[in-house]
Amino acid sequence: MNFSEIFKQSNQLCRISPDGRYLATCVQYRLVVRDVNSLQILHLYTCLDQIVHMEWSSDSLFILCAMYKRGLVQVWSLEQPDWHCKIDEGSIGLVSSRWSPDGRHILNTTEFHLRVTVWSLCTKAVSYIKYPKACQKGIDFSRDGSYMALAERRDCKDYVSVFVCEDWHLLRHFETETQDLAGLEWSPNGCVLAVWDSCLEYKVLLYSLDGRLLSSFSAYEWSLGIKSLAWSPSSQFLAIGSFDEKVRILNHITWKKITEFEHPATIYPALAGLGLMCVSTGPLTVGGGPMDHTTIPVVKPDLDRANPKVGVSSLAFSADGRYLATKNDNMASVVWVWNMQKMSLEAVLEQTAAVRCFQWDPRRPRLALCTGTPRLYLWSPAGSVSVQVPSEGGFQVHALSWHSNGDSLVLIGKEHLCLCYMDTEDKSTDSNIWTK
Amino acid sequence: MPESALEHQNTAGSAVVYRMSPLGHFSQSEAPSLSGHRSPFVLTSFCTEDNVLECRSYINQEVSSLGLRAVWTPTDGPAELNVVAVLNSLYELIQLHRQGLRALDDMEVERQRSASNTELLQLSNTRLKGQLELSKRENTSLLEKERQLQLKVKNLQSCLKNEKEEVQRLQNIIASRASQYNHDMKRKEREFGKLKERLNQLLVDKKEKKQAMEVLNYVERADGKRSMWKTGRTEARHEGEVYRTLLSDYDARQRELVLENSEQRKVLQQMKRDMVSLLRGSKPARREETPGDPQTQGDSEDSEEVFESSCVDAREKLTNSIRLKWRKLKSHMERLDSQASLVQAGEGAEPDAVPLETHGQEMERLKLEIQQCKDFIHSQQQLLQQRLTSPCEEEEAAAIPPGSPMQGEGGRPGERGRLGEDWRALEEQRTHFEKERKTFTEAAIRLSHERMMFEEDRATWLKHQFLHWTPFTDQNQPEMTEGEQEAASVFSPECLPGSPSPETSSSPRCQALQTQSTADPYRSLPPSPESSHSPTQPITINGCIGELPIGSSGGTATVRTQLTS
Repeated sequence: MNFSEIFKQSNQLCRISPDGRYLATCVQYRLVVRDVNSLQILHLYTCLDQIVHMEWSSDSLFILCAMYKRGLVQVWSLEQPDWHCKIDEGSIGLVSSRWSPDGRHILNTTEFHLRVTVWSLCTKAVSYIKYPKACQKGIDFSRDGSYMALAERRDCKDYVSVFVCEDWHLLRHFETETQDLAGLEWSPNGCVLAVWDSCLEYKVLLYSLDGRLLSSFSAYEWSLGIKSLAWSPSSQFLAIGSFDEKVRILNHITWKKITEFEHPATIYPALAGLGLMCVSTGPLTVGGGPMDHTTIPVVKPDLDRANPKVGVSSLAFSADGRYLATKNDNMASVVWVWNMQKMSLEAVLEQTAAVRCFQWDPRRPRLALCTGTPRLYLWSPAGSVSVQVPSEGGFQVHALSWHSNGDSLVLIGKEHLCLCYMDTEDKSTDSNIWTK
Repeated sequence: MPESALEHQNTAGSAVVYRMSPLGHFSQSEAPSLSGHRSPFVLTSFCTEDNVLECRSYINQEVSSLGLRAVWTPTDGPAELNVVAVLNSLYELIQLHRQGLRALDDMEVERQRSASNTELLQLSNTRLKGQLELSKRENTSLLEKERQLQLKVKNLQSCLKNEKEEVQRLQNIIASRASQYNHDMKRKEREFGKLKERLNQLLVDKKEKKQAMEVLNYVERADGKRSMWKTGRTEARHEGEVYRTLLSDYDARQRELVLENSEQRKVLQQMKRDMVSLLRGSKPARREETPGDPQTQGDSEDSEEVFESSCVDAREKLTNSIRLKWRKLKSHMERLDSQASLVQAGEGAEPDAVPLETHGQEMERLKLEIQQCKDFIHSQQQLLQQRLTSPCEEEEAAAIPPGSPMQGEGGRPGERGRLGEDWRALEEQRTHFEKERKTFTEAAIRLSHERMMFEEDRATWLKHQFLHWTPFTDQNQPEMTEGEQEAASVFSPECLPGSPSPETSSSPRCQALQTQSTADPYRSLPPSPESSHSPTQPITINGCIGELPIGSSGGTATVRTQLTS
């Protein structure tokens, strides 16, 4: 495992290009594009204000830099560094900006979510979409980039509009049976749209691509509901994490719950059938031996406040869909890994501090997680490893992101970033890396 | 009289006691009429003219003993009575008597009073007892009620606790929802405030900055094509795309499900085949199964073809048949287990089946015989015992009970010799009986084994019938009829000579054929050429089938007895 040197960045804006060749970082109002392997600076662009949001286009040819305060979006080209594009939203303000899947349109959401403006880089056409909903996840593009689902709210009712991304033609527009739509997400095969309600009501609605309601799922009433949702890569399962500290798995044939995963404070490894029990990662890997039971530190949340720190807030399926990693907010230092083939608990990764971020390797079942300490933790069914990021000034890893080939990781700290290159050739040479 | 005086002194301290002895003395000597009289109320002639003096003294004595004035004092004169004194004492006596009567009356009254008191007390006692019983019962019932009420109270308390918990939980939920609502409200209010500010700002602001996009030059589309106008055709194309995507997804899913389905069906059929082979292979081949085999194979092939088509009936039939076979397999295994425990010495069982009724009769007969032999042996043993013990007793006891076998004054060696002979004879008898018993038990075992075989036969017969029962008569017909024709051709020349033996030999064949034919035997079988040519032949297939219903209605037993005989 090699680590690159530490670079500066601001606003945690570091993105690897979709084709995996470049790394773009923002330093204040400058955009720095480097080569991923050599980390040489290839391009340097200067924006008009501090960059708040930065995004690669899907073909890795353009980079979008948004400055919300000024209401500006600047687009830079990699092929032609002289090319420039500036979108000024004017008095209407800017709240969010994103690329369309074809990489030629930019969707800007105005202040107060008045409307979404679709700017085209190819034509002079401008489209407006009225009444977008201001919610957790109001826009989602299907994986193949052909359709966009947008949540709208009109007259105190929720609607979903499905657009064809090719020409922004409104395909379907239907009302949803939600009280207050909180988010929507396409299934990976693009045939089903999952729509969920706000936390005050546990409700997931499943719509087919042509707008028919396929099914509705509600686990319980009154208590706080859904906190997070994730599709399995094969679209076979829909995992729903809720405030009652459980994850419910629905199957794609009947849309009924097939199992639920609990996050109890005391685990009995023998009963849970855990192979590798509690992994308490310290300076070096410690593969926990079989214990009778282990207690997980629980932080009781203040239930009087809104959005209490309880419930399953993060869900992530591995790339092959075999594992599901979950995090329960009142056991913030523990990541639970579930085996989707056996539908049982596979491993419990207990850390010394609260887990900030975890992400699966896009190629293989390997989970990387960080806790805001200068360490990087990796777990795979073969074993787990914990590595210290070499740095003089005490680099704290706050977030991480995998390269699309699964060979390197971008570690993002508060003001700095670091690249970690995995050893792909010979794993056996690093004797202390993979232990059973 | 001195005696009486003495007595009087002796008894002076005591109460007035009617003394019998002086009167008795008197009665003996002077007043015989007074003997036996005790009651003072009876008027008797106590005093006569003869015994005046004695009476006088006696009365004097008595009166003085009573504490009254003397009746006569010696100063009055020897033969005279002091009339005054006598009258006084009489008066005093009367007074005394009156007093006594009064006392008696009083006492009577007293007695009656106390009797009524006791009666009253008894009545009140019983009444109080009753009341006590009643109150005790009330007490227990009240205790019971109290216990029940306490239980109820406990239940209600637990209900209350549950309700309180529920209320608490709902209150928590309400609180969290309220905080969520408040949070959202505040957020919306803040946004609203911002909106108002912005609106104000815009109203105030003169120059409005418009949206604009500056771009050096427009770029190509990602796919290199030119963008198209929005027409109806494009819309239709989009719709088509949508449905194509959905359809391909459904197609893929259906393909997967079909694959899964076929795999599961294969597994089920494999299971069925295994079960069939298990059921068939576990029993030794009884009948000639050659006509049966091709038919079963043909059956399975047909069933495969049928089951390939995914009609609901075929699927149900497959699962039902598997279920039935599984049950049969289970029962067969259970039977085998029980029989394994029963059968001890598995001698070579004759393949002939024994009919049930005669088997039972023979069993009973054998049992009776065994019982008789046992009794006989027992009696013989007893006699032997007696014979043995009596010579021992002869040595000690003197009397030999009459009628004992050991009569006579024959010398002991002679007796012993006779004993030995008898003993030997008895031993021989015993061994003979043992042998007989062994043969009987062996026969019983053999019979039970034959019975088991019969049962198994019946099971295979039933199973064959069941296995080869299929509604697809038309497909099976040609094979069946071929087989039967073959059989007919094989057997008909044999059937020609004589009726009884061919009948018996062909009847198993006919029976086998009957098992394989469908419900309507007449229709399913074409007339065999032999039968059509010689109608006089008693044994043809048709003839067999024609005869069998008549014969079989009498019971299969009749057919089978012919076999054994």
